[in-house]
Amino acid sequence: MAKKTPKHPLDDLIRKDRIPHIWCPGCGIGTIFSSCLTAIKESGIDLKKFVMISGIGCSGRAAGYVNLDSFHTTHGRAIPFATGVKLANPELNVIVFSGDGDLFAIGGNHFIHAARRNVDITVICVNNFNYGMTGGQVAATTPNMAKTTTTPFGNPETPFNLPLMAYAAGATYVARWTMLHSRDLTESISEAILKNGFSFIEALSPCPINYGRRNKLKPLDQLKLYQEKTIIKNDAKPTELDINFEKGVVLGKFVDIERPTYGDSYNKICRPDKLE
Amino acid sequence: MKPAINTGEHFITGDVACAEGAIAAGCRFFGGYPITPATEITEHLSARLPGVGGTFIQMEDEIAAIASVLGASWTGVKSMTATSGPGFSLMMENIGLGICTETPCVVVNVQRVGPSTGLPTQAAQGDMMQARWGSHGDYEIIVLSPSSPQEIFYQTITAFNMSETYRLPVLILADEIVGHMSEKVIIPDAKHIKTVSRSRPKGRKDRFKLYEPGPNGVAPMPAIGEGYNIHVTGLTHDTKGYPAMTVDTQKEMMARLTGKIQNNLKDIIKTESYRLDDAEIAIISYGISARTSLSAVDKARRQGIKAGLLRLITIWPFPEDQILKLAEKVKGFVTVEMNLGQIHLEVKRCAGGRAPAFLVGHPGGTIISPDTVVKVLQEAF
Repeated sequence: MAKKTPKHPLDDLIRKDRIPHIWCPGCGIGTIFSSCLTAIKESGIDLKKFVMISGIGCSGRAAGYVNLDSFHTTHGRAIPFATGVKLANPELNVIVFSGDGDLFAIGGNHFIHAARRNVDITVICVNNFNYGMTGGQVAATTPNMAKTTTTPFGNPETPFNLPLMAYAAGATYVARWTMLHSRDLTESISEAILKNGFSFIEALSPCPINYGRRNKLKPLDQLKLYQEKTIIKNDAKPTELDINFEKGVVLGKFVDIERPTYGDSYNKICRPDKLE
Repeated sequence: MKPAINTGEHFITGDVACAEGAIAAGCRFFGGYPITPATEITEHLSARLPGVGGTFIQMEDEIAAIASVLGASWTGVKSMTATSGPGFSLMMENIGLGICTETPCVVVNVQRVGPSTGLPTQAAQGDMMQARWGSHGDYEIIVLSPSSPQEIFYQTITAFNMSETYRLPVLILADEIVGHMSEKVIIPDAKHIKTVSRSRPKGRKDRFKLYEPGPNGVAPMPAIGEGYNIHVTGLTHDTKGYPAMTVDTQKEMMARLTGKIQNNLKDIIKTESYRLDDAEIAIISYGISARTSLSAVDKARRQGIKAGLLRLITIWPFPEDQILKLAEKVKGFVTVEMNLGQIHLEVKRCAGGRAPAFLVGHPGGTIISPDTVVKVLQEAF
């Protein structure tokens, strides 16, 4: 092994003393994490004013690797924790980086309420279609009939359409990309960081060890699907965003609207004397 | 801005006194969820906090409420939530996160009757053991119990001061009667209210270690946004705050989490004695039941029974030494509480067979009358 490793442009945003990370070969979290770090860096905002908050799961470990103020909270509770952070210090740029199981099953209630309130935070969901950390159980995003360790006969349930849920709950920015579309993803995260409102980005990721293996999806084949079976369609109707690789999965920016944030409304209604 | 401290004489409920105590203590964030009989704390703070530069939010459930409180606390803002039994159960996991990550905050439980939905509008003291052991794993916790609206005002300030001093969630275990009854509450001048804030780190940021304990066993605490690049996790972590999945790290972390409480018991444990000096029977009680017991002591004394009261203000950590000392000199103990014997078991354990321990308990829903206590004193001794 070479003693000197070349400097990576994102090195200063990584806790190098915590590397190697836990993510498996072929996993997409690292790529999505890099997009997020690039967006943070390119924003030009003082790094001290960023905070990353994660829940539990493989994606939840991101908070442990980022060299910013960062919190690895309880399962499903990253969003309400982040809500407290943002409301108590509105100067901070709050990013929630977590997985589909964490944000949409155990934490689903918090997601819809934070979107409804329009809390000014950015939520990045790595969707790998299963609970990877615990060995590959069914999630609220697992496709119908997919095999997981708790759906050995195929998943009898219907998965959430996450952008539709975000839209319906009131998110002011909604986008979906895959880890293969890292430039688009980075651009969306950049926009989301600067957005004054609740932003949601779904980033599709392979989980070759726990999901791919049980569903005849080899890592490279899955990347091919991301390349060949996706359709970029900005402003697509949220109701048409079900994930179906046979039909083609729609990617893009679907929502980018303005609406008063919780903080703005709270100031206006509850403490008008504080305003200029 | 409105005055943060409502100096003067008031006729208010315990719940409102608690909310005023929080504001006087410097609480500027409240994340709550309504539940009888704690709702009035939430309501009062929704009206009061914005006027003093604070923030109130009613979250979607109690899990979210406590999570928001922990997040707010890490921005350097004193934070609180209030609830009752069912909500308290939901908060347990994140109370554990608060303990593990050493996050100062105050959680008020105005107890109602359980189990489950129980009797929502009636009093009990059935969550005493849950307050001690409700979150998973081993830990130390600080729990206070008020007997009156006046006391809950001061105790809320004490709870904040202790949470800031020892960096952990401090729990106030009130009950429906203390929460809902109106009494005279005197709120002093600001200069007569002592408030404590967490110690802040000094020195070079690049050499900073998040959990390196200070002289009292507690690490100074930075706030988000100050440039310390902290990492905070509920995983077992080293002094740097980094997860470390080893037996040694767990041992070291637990020693810190428990040591900071166990080594400061004198500062944390507060009790009050009434006619205890020459007492042959020691009544042990707390909260509203301690007021019943106060009257029972006087009644018993008039009948020639030498009873005295040790009122527990701090419930956890438990005043083991006080009970042990009493056990050497009294004929026996009677614990008065509105449950089927929770603190009673602790008294029995601490008495260690040196003196018998009896219970005047009640499954909840109504206050225990002084006569019921006196009757037990007559019959048992």
